[in-house]
Amino acid sequence: MAEITLRGVEKHYGTMRVVHGIDLTIAHDEFVVLVGPSGCGKSTTLRMIAGLEDITGGTISIGDRVVNDLPPRKRNISMVFQNYALYPHMNVRDNLGFGLKIAGESAATIAARVAEAAEILGLTPLLDRTPAELSGGQRQRVAMGRAIVRHPDAFLFDEPLSNLDAKLRGQMRAEIKKLHQKVRTTVVYVTHDQVEAMTLADRIVVMRDGAIEQVGTPMQVFHHPRSTFVATFIGSPPMNLIPATVMGGSLRLADATTVPVPARLRAAVRDGQAVTLGIRADDISPVGHGLGEVREGVALPLTVTLAEPLGTESLIYTQIAGQEVLAKLYGARLVRPGEVLSFQLALDRAHLFDAATTLSLEA
Amino acid sequence: MTAAPYRRPLKRRLQSAGLWLATFLLMLVICLPGLWVMLSAFRPNREILAKPPIWIPTELTLNNFAKIFGFGSEQVGIPVTAYFVNSMVIALTSTFIALIIGMAGGYAFARYRFRFKGGIFLGLMLFRAVPGIALSLPIFMMWSRLGLIDTQMGLIIIYVSLNVPFTIWLIDGFFRQIPMSLSEAAQVDGCTPWQAFWKIEFPLARSGIAAAGVFAFLTSWNEFALASQLTRSTDSKTLPVGLMDFTAQFTIDWAGMCAMAVIIIIPALIMTFLVQKHLVAGLTFGGVKG
Repeated sequence: MAEITLRGVEKHYGTMRVVHGIDLTIAHDEFVVLVGPSGCGKSTTLRMIAGLEDITGGTISIGDRVVNDLPPRKRNISMVFQNYALYPHMNVRDNLGFGLKIAGESAATIAARVAEAAEILGLTPLLDRTPAELSGGQRQRVAMGRAIVRHPDAFLFDEPLSNLDAKLRGQMRAEIKKLHQKVRTTVVYVTHDQVEAMTLADRIVVMRDGAIEQVGTPMQVFHHPRSTFVATFIGSPPMNLIPATVMGGSLRLADATTVPVPARLRAAVRDGQAVTLGIRADDISPVGHGLGEVREGVALPLTVTLAEPLGTESLIYTQIAGQEVLAKLYGARLVRPGEVLSFQLALDRAHLFDAATTLSLEA
Repeated sequence: MTAAPYRRPLKRRLQSAGLWLATFLLMLVICLPGLWVMLSAFRPNREILAKPPIWIPTELTLNNFAKIFGFGSEQVGIPVTAYFVNSMVIALTSTFIALIIGMAGGYAFARYRFRFKGGIFLGLMLFRAVPGIALSLPIFMMWSRLGLIDTQMGLIIIYVSLNVPFTIWLIDGFFRQIPMSLSEAAQVDGCTPWQAFWKIEFPLARSGIAAAGVFAFLTSWNEFALASQLTRSTDSKTLPVGLMDFTAQFTIDWAGMCAMAVIIIIPALIMTFLVQKHLVAGLTFGGVKG
């Protein structure tokens, strides 16, 4: 059983604070994804769990052991690196068996475990090749094989797919998910790609500037972002943010357009409060083209500035109160720049954030 | 119907022939002295000194070699074997030490951040730029006080200090090419940092370390200027210095000298061949993103 617990974990490089006060409990068998922009401290946090970076403050436990002062080899974890870090002078078989050999396992055990891992990952025909003779996806699988072969308490992944092209990345993402279903183990996975986070995670940890911004299931993070940062970071295209002021139960936008305050948030706002209206492109559509039944909506006439047809849907660029806004049109209708259409905004799915704190006003 | 075979334009062919001729002349200039030494090593002295010169040897003999090693009818009173042993001991020992220091230093420069790193590195390179002979007088004075004149140790210390900046620089470059994550992966896989070095990083930098070793060996093996000042007798004289023994007051034994030169050249030649192989082979880093 390996639960990973971080309590008040900090990392400083001299006077530079890279990670400040991370508190996180990762349950046994859970797949947790740390996601955030570059420099948010997610990789550093992972490397502290691995033991590759010293911990400046706080404690990290794996299972019931505090591992702060244990070297990586004593933590019983395995890690997949961004550049795979395969040993170039060994063939696939020796790469997979290296950790077991160091641990002093018998040749028979090593052979059996390597065969097992190779079977799971479809590496059996490649065992005698060297890393140089493998494709990117195959190298990635060897790196994962090296991780599973030792039956560790936890897998750590450090941006494992960022060196692959888009198509392969999608495939490997699915393979990682399948692998976790086959080999139930605690996983901590670092990425800056929110799609990976959404598709892989049991729970997402959104990080920003060395601190946790929000922790939740992909659906929680997507549908109930805690701040404008999470709202724009998770989901593609990013959520539209429109500044507004609350006035008599309505939102007054910069160009004096008024939009009703979403019903569920009416109690959360006070008159005169500066807020940010957040609404995803999926929730803005020309009337009659997509949204279906809208329980609570408002229609605005908007001018199309650009349309990107994507086949089954088109991404439409328009402006609300001088602010660029993305909307979606479902179906194959062609839209031309300059066209004025009546757009429906699904307010029941809209969000309000305090303009000063950027935090969500949802209870 | 057969098409006429394609022929390159005359101008191109002339250019190509001109290039070959130029290359041939250049190689002739470079190789002729060496070839002459090689040939002379197998010819009797009178043929070497013959006037007009005999270009094509009329008789080849191993007498010159037998003579300098003290076999055969003629003998030369020069202890070539002792010089050879001195050269080997001094070159191998100083190379070994320079490599150990070079590996430690190269690894430190490649992997760690520390104060004055840039300055120390620059200092090492600048030291390398100082011609050794410029230091000969101070070294001579120090060595005579320390009793290191005419000892193998005296030369070993000097050659180590000449070679260390170079080995550090070369090995640093090779370690730099090895991603840090390989050592980290090995440590996550269960290695101590020391094991990770010997099992992963060292094998990958091996050809670079070998190349540095060969260069260091050649520097020590061929060095003449400092050795000629600091050695006196069979206790420490090296082969290049020993070569001068063939010049007596009135005569020069060219044949013996050439035979000995061949003895000096052969190990150097073998080593150079090895270096070239290692440097050309380089390293294949298939384990990381290509």
